[in-house]
Amino acid sequence: MGDGEIGTGNEASGAKLSVRIWRGARQGEFVRYQVPRHVSQTVLDVVTYVQRVLDPTLAYRFACRVGMCGSCAMTVNGVARWTCRTHVDKVAREGRLEVAPLRNLPVIRDLVTDMREFFDKWARAQGRFRGGATRHEDVARIRPDSAARMQVEAGIECIGCGVCYASCDVVARNPDYLGPAALNRAWTLVNDVRDIARTDRLRAVAGDAGCHACHTQMGCTERCPKNIAPTASIAGLKRETARAALRGEW
Amino acid sequence: MSVRGETMLWIAQRASAVLLAVCVTVHLVTMTYAIRGGLSAVEIFARTRGSIGWLAFYTLFVVAVTVHVPIGLRSALGEWLGWRGRSRDMVLAAFALALGALGMRAVLGVFA
Repeated sequence: MGDGEIGTGNEASGAKLSVRIWRGARQGEFVRYQVPRHVSQTVLDVVTYVQRVLDPTLAYRFACRVGMCGSCAMTVNGVARWTCRTHVDKVAREGRLEVAPLRNLPVIRDLVTDMREFFDKWARAQGRFRGGATRHEDVARIRPDSAARMQVEAGIECIGCGVCYASCDVVARNPDYLGPAALNRAWTLVNDVRDIARTDRLRAVAGDAGCHACHTQMGCTERCPKNIAPTASIAGLKRETARAALRGEW
Repeated sequence: MSVRGETMLWIAQRASAVLLAVCVTVHLVTMTYAIRGGLSAVEIFARTRGSIGWLAFYTLFVVAVTVHVPIGLRSALGEWLGWRGRSRDMVLAAFALALGALGMRAVLGVFA
């Protein structure tokens, strides 16, 4: 939906949506807005209407609007969601919507959270590919139906939206915990046969701040908008780190 | 504690959980069966005293509890109270020793 379209037509019989949006940072309050209802309206459409029509000081973050970039995740009626792909029809309760910033992350302003810690943890989990081949070697040939590659495929589509991180109670209780997204990323690399940092990575993701802190509550798997199962990835890391520890690899 | 140490604790807790699943089941089934016909405590003791089999079983049970409980408490104390580090581990080591001592005292009371 582009500029000028919002609130100018296609409205569902003039119906209004009562929206409460968090304003402020750590301290703040919910402010109520009335937003016209539209057919196929997304939560991001609602927030965009508020900012462009009702209150231009509202801060929020988005980019692609089609579920690819992972920028627009917010807490909608108490649940972390990607707002660009979340239809109001699906989440509004009796014509009411409450939009807040993601949990477990510092709030910069209104609906914008500071994602630095989230992505720093990807780095701490050694979420960077480290290859050993040079340009003089042939490309690796990996069978798509090999067990390792299928594990990679299961977790590789993560868009880094932070929904899993915001949905994780272990993150809330243990701020050092790397979180589902970083551990899922590590698992995809542990299963990448081209990667040469397996041992270092397993050490980086083990222990009280890593995969062993996961309680398997599966909040991440329940909420992931890409239908990834970080819980399964973390379980895989638990197995592999246990094997490495028993073998004395580190 | 080192990352390897934390990983070994995790392995120990999982392994002790498997043992506990068996021990608790055997214990409950046995207790339920034993009192079904109205056996008194004296009659039960008459069967357990001097039994190497029950001594071995309940010793295993106590060892599993001694390993499992402090490791679980370690996570709970860290997450709920924010208590981490050496002081927590020392207190839990003492707690594990106390659990083991009290448990074995009970086991020997049934055996001897």
